[in-house]
Amino acid sequence: MSFLELDALRKTFGAQVAVDGLSLKVQKGEFVSLLGPSGCGKTTTLQMIAGFVDPSGGAIRLEGQDLLAVKPAKRGLGIVFQSYALFPHMTAAENVAFGPEMQGVGGGERAKRVADALELVGLGAFAARHPRQLSGGQQQRVALARALVIRPRILLLDEPLSNLDAKLREEMQIELRQIQRTVGTTTILVTHDQAEAMALSDRVVVMNKGRAEQIATPLDAYEHPATPFVASFLGKTNLLEGSAVRPERIAFATSGLAGTVRTRIFQGNHWLYQVETKSGLVTVIRQNTGEDMPGEGAAVHLAWGTR
Amino acid sequence: MKSAPYLLSLPALLLFAAIVIVPLGMTVALSFHDWGQYKGIEPVFILKNWREVFTDSYYAEMFGRTFRIALLVTLFSAVFGAPEAYILNRMKSPWRGIFLLVILGPLLISVVARTLGWALLFGGNAGLVNKALTGLGLIDAPLPFMFTETGMVVAMVHVLMPYMVLSVWAALQRLDPQVENAAIALGAGPLTVMRRIVLPQAMPGILSGAVIVFALAASAFATPAIIGGRRLKVASTLAYDEFLNTLNWPLGAVVAVLLLVALVIIMVGANRLVERRYGQVFR
Repeated sequence: MSFLELDALRKTFGAQVAVDGLSLKVQKGEFVSLLGPSGCGKTTTLQMIAGFVDPSGGAIRLEGQDLLAVKPAKRGLGIVFQSYALFPHMTAAENVAFGPEMQGVGGGERAKRVADALELVGLGAFAARHPRQLSGGQQQRVALARALVIRPRILLLDEPLSNLDAKLREEMQIELRQIQRTVGTTTILVTHDQAEAMALSDRVVVMNKGRAEQIATPLDAYEHPATPFVASFLGKTNLLEGSAVRPERIAFATSGLAGTVRTRIFQGNHWLYQVETKSGLVTVIRQNTGEDMPGEGAAVHLAWGTR
Repeated sequence: MKSAPYLLSLPALLLFAAIVIVPLGMTVALSFHDWGQYKGIEPVFILKNWREVFTDSYYAEMFGRTFRIALLVTLFSAVFGAPEAYILNRMKSPWRGIFLLVILGPLLISVVARTLGWALLFGGNAGLVNKALTGLGLIDAPLPFMFTETGMVVAMVHVLMPYMVLSVWAALQRLDPQVENAAIALGAGPLTVMRRIVLPQAMPGILSGAVIVFALAASAFATPAIIGGRRLKVASTLAYDEFLNTLNWPLGAVVAVLLLVALVIIMVGANRLVERRYGQVFR
């Protein structure tokens, strides 16, 4: 029996279908991402698990128990919101202590748990600060500590890193993954960022128009996309001779598909090419190994392995 | 050109000085002048008027009533206005606009008209509400409304509540809508969410609304004049009577200056309190 089970989950707003029969089984301790463009129903799904939105149909079961019959306040889920939703009138420690207090955890035990949670996210020294006095990344950590301190059955992350700048986001991805491994909490992440989903999750659910297009490991979804939508959403892709070919799988060769380099963009660790061929514009990514690469206007041949 | 900012603000400063500072200074000076029934105002420096106001319990009663009414008006405005603002904030698009208009509507009507409206509803035996209530046999005698502090408080709460609603609403609009969900997810019931999460964040709005309502209630003239009349005076109607009926301008000036000073002290004090209590948390 799976730990968390979404069974033909459905949500309509008037005539609009937000989630259209989504089924998903999550194992205990697993990290699963709901990935898709905005309006694909991923956030609505998360809110139905949290209990802020009532489904129009279907069921949610947690450890075999019907979760929809449980009030949101009694579900015992840890949630990290996109805006963090910290209590601005409370210090970091008071924010984290709120959940245990609601659970009736007493003074000494509560103080210890709060200190441990803040230590886990590396904010032990900032316990007495108010949210306004913390940076975006620090606020994010407080939100994570607040969600984890109640020892939730599931951790729900709603675009938790989208308000951070690129460098901090990457650091937090690594840290988030480490924390999740340490604590072992079953985690559902909602994101529109395919790199984030692939970096963090055990499995991704690629969603489009309220449906799951593919549920697979990140590597599997990337290598064997089930639909053209998944292929195009998980990174760049070329449609060559009827099959999807990833840009980094195409090499410059002495023979093969002939073409002319239209543009060449240097991106540090790799080169991004647009090559004009008789099959249309082909995107090619080559690692920067320090070798000389064909320049713009050069005549090239493209080759790729057929698997 | 370091002097440019000062020169540029000079016209406004001159206007401000001419229409506020000078008359205020003249009023303060007036409060030290002598006055007699037959001799009129004598421009001398005496403390007679001030001594009279501070020793005669009549004036203490008057100021006591003024601030008692202002405090009650502030309290009721907060008790009714804050929830009203919260509900308004949760309303969806067309309804919010409509109800905002309903709340602000009274501000478009003259205070005199509104107060007379209350007088028509409650006043005397012929008042609509009293007639209905006695007709239904709920009460034997008409509820006293005219010439009572209750009447003044009821009418002024109605007049001043929009200021409280707007002030609290402004504070609530800065509230992250997910914050309530965050508290619920952590296991808080609806009452706890209100008391521990929403109310503390609305508090700066309630306090600044309270300062506005208190100041307006303590210095209100039209409503106390119509409902209280001559029988139940407050500081502003007292000053008016001294100026225009008794013609004892110096005594009227003392009352006016005292009301102003008391209000300034209360407002600055309240502001300090808000700054110290919430300055760190809310910017």
